[in-house]
Amino acid sequence: MSDFKLRRIDEYRWEVPREGAMRVPGIIYSSGRLMKAMGQDESPKQVANVAQLPGIVKCSLAMPDMHWGYGFPIGGVAAFDMNGGIVSPGGVGYDINCGCRLMMTNLGQEEIRPHLAKVVNTLFQHVPSGVGSKGALKLPRNEEKRVLVEGARWAVKNGYGSQGDLESMEDGGCLPGADPEAVSERALERGKDQVGTLGSGNHFLEVEVVEKIFDRDVAAVLGIEEGQVAVMIHSGSRGLGHQVCDDYLAKLVKHVDKLGLNLPDRQLACAYIQSPEGQQYLSAMACAANYAWTNRQMLMHWTGEALERALGMSPRALGMRLVYDVCHNIAKIEEHVVDGKKMLLCVHRKGATRAFPPGHPALPDKYRKTGQPVLIPGDMGTGSYVLVGTQKAMEETFGSTCHGAGRVMSRAAAMKASRGRSISREMEDRGVLVMAAAKGTLAEEMPEAYKDIDEVVNVVHGAGLSRKVAKLRAIGCIKG
Amino acid sequence: MIIVKPYHTFDHTADLGLVIIGPSEASLFANAALAVFDIITDLARVETRETRRVSVEGDGREDLLVNFLREVLYLYNGERWLLKELRVLRISEKGLEAEARGEPFDVQKHEICKEIKAVTYHQAQVRQTPAGWTARVIFDV
Repeated sequence: MSDFKLRRIDEYRWEVPREGAMRVPGIIYSSGRLMKAMGQDESPKQVANVAQLPGIVKCSLAMPDMHWGYGFPIGGVAAFDMNGGIVSPGGVGYDINCGCRLMMTNLGQEEIRPHLAKVVNTLFQHVPSGVGSKGALKLPRNEEKRVLVEGARWAVKNGYGSQGDLESMEDGGCLPGADPEAVSERALERGKDQVGTLGSGNHFLEVEVVEKIFDRDVAAVLGIEEGQVAVMIHSGSRGLGHQVCDDYLAKLVKHVDKLGLNLPDRQLACAYIQSPEGQQYLSAMACAANYAWTNRQMLMHWTGEALERALGMSPRALGMRLVYDVCHNIAKIEEHVVDGKKMLLCVHRKGATRAFPPGHPALPDKYRKTGQPVLIPGDMGTGSYVLVGTQKAMEETFGSTCHGAGRVMSRAAAMKASRGRSISREMEDRGVLVMAAAKGTLAEEMPEAYKDIDEVVNVVHGAGLSRKVAKLRAIGCIKG
Repeated sequence: MIIVKPYHTFDHTADLGLVIIGPSEASLFANAALAVFDIITDLARVETRETRRVSVEGDGREDLLVNFLREVLYLYNGERWLLKELRVLRISEKGLEAEARGEPFDVQKHEICKEIKAVTYHQAQVRQTPAGWTARVIFDV
């Protein structure tokens, strides 16, 4: 990283000047304090590496939660011209359509507090989580393929949630162009019994309370009230998505050699969007994205059941409703204006969230005036933010913003720092009841391992990439 | 007795980095497979009741290592099978054939300590040194 001269543009932006094989400059959104931590890893170099890919438009971007990934940095955003541009499985990531969804309930925090232990326990029993977790249902191949094509619609059709949920997801919970023939037998095998499972690592299910409202009007439209109980779910496409990424990386590493493309990192392997290889990856990626939406839809359904059971409430009394569902790892074909010209682009968001402005045609009617809800989970036990997309994000970052706090400490360092401490006790002292399938996960995911979520969100708010609507505080957490 | 493991982990912000050593190229690859399963499970509880054939091709040593580890990882991620031993039967820059011994994962008997989700090409390295062979690879966890 030391060989990089970053030029500060303004309060929130740093430029990675164009040099060598870079086709465009890099722009990193950050604050002085966050930048100090970023400067210590290789992520700025990864921003520069992405800038070398064919067909990249305007600049290689990074959000303030950026950290060192492989190939693309985590927190990276890059858009490629549909003509002459590439699509890269590494630019989407292994956990295709890893994402978040937020549900509000009718409960006030005083109603849940006395029953919190029971609630967390029931959630832990009822929602499959943990290493290699398997779901309550095993899909025959033909049914699994329907999930891949239909996405969350499949779940709704099969009794998990309601039709109205679909409009509260990006793309209605289903990316078009999904072709199960592009998905390997191995990926299907890994996916057969994992739909409706949380998984391990940084995935979680959190019971939260709305702590602060920043924008009353928008919060009212989103149905968010101070003191109310909400649930945030963070999960993705599980083993199926990982296998799709793995299969296509291997394929495209060879493909890149054949094309004679000289890449700074093999993990950046890619194909031209319009080539058969590029189209095939996009078809397979859509399948995995659809699997992830089905997964989160089923997790939501079981969350509702668990809450009803623990609190002895009817679904109507609980009143759980989906606010929105966002993708963190995905490539999407979108129209953007570049240098005054409308262009169709393949926008890669790897650890970044779409943040479309008010009036955007991709938004459901109910959010047309507010802009797209953006959900930003913090580290374990700190809670989350709800923001909305802005016109400035559209102009500067292809309608994108940050996705979370972003790691600052490696997993090994976190394990070391946690020695001799009880992380679950510490969390309890902070008012958060945590249950984890594996002990190690708690240590790896401890709050100190992440950047300060307040600071990350203040950067995107200050830079105008999205606007703060509400802050939620965690009170219960299920970790894989 | 102190048993020195033929691998160690290194820091990578979100993921898991491994440095593996071995006196020969064949033992380097065998140690890499063992390292993966040493991290996934408690090997002491795994028995060698079954044999599986692992056969991969590669375009150079790094590519071969990544492809090999991809196959080895699939034994657990795809087939729920735990590896305890691995013997390399044949190895060149272009390909590798090996015999893995282990048994199917049994939730009553085995423990899964950590999930390794994928192996990456990012900064993958295989080198011959005066002391033998060494490799470096980053996993998605």
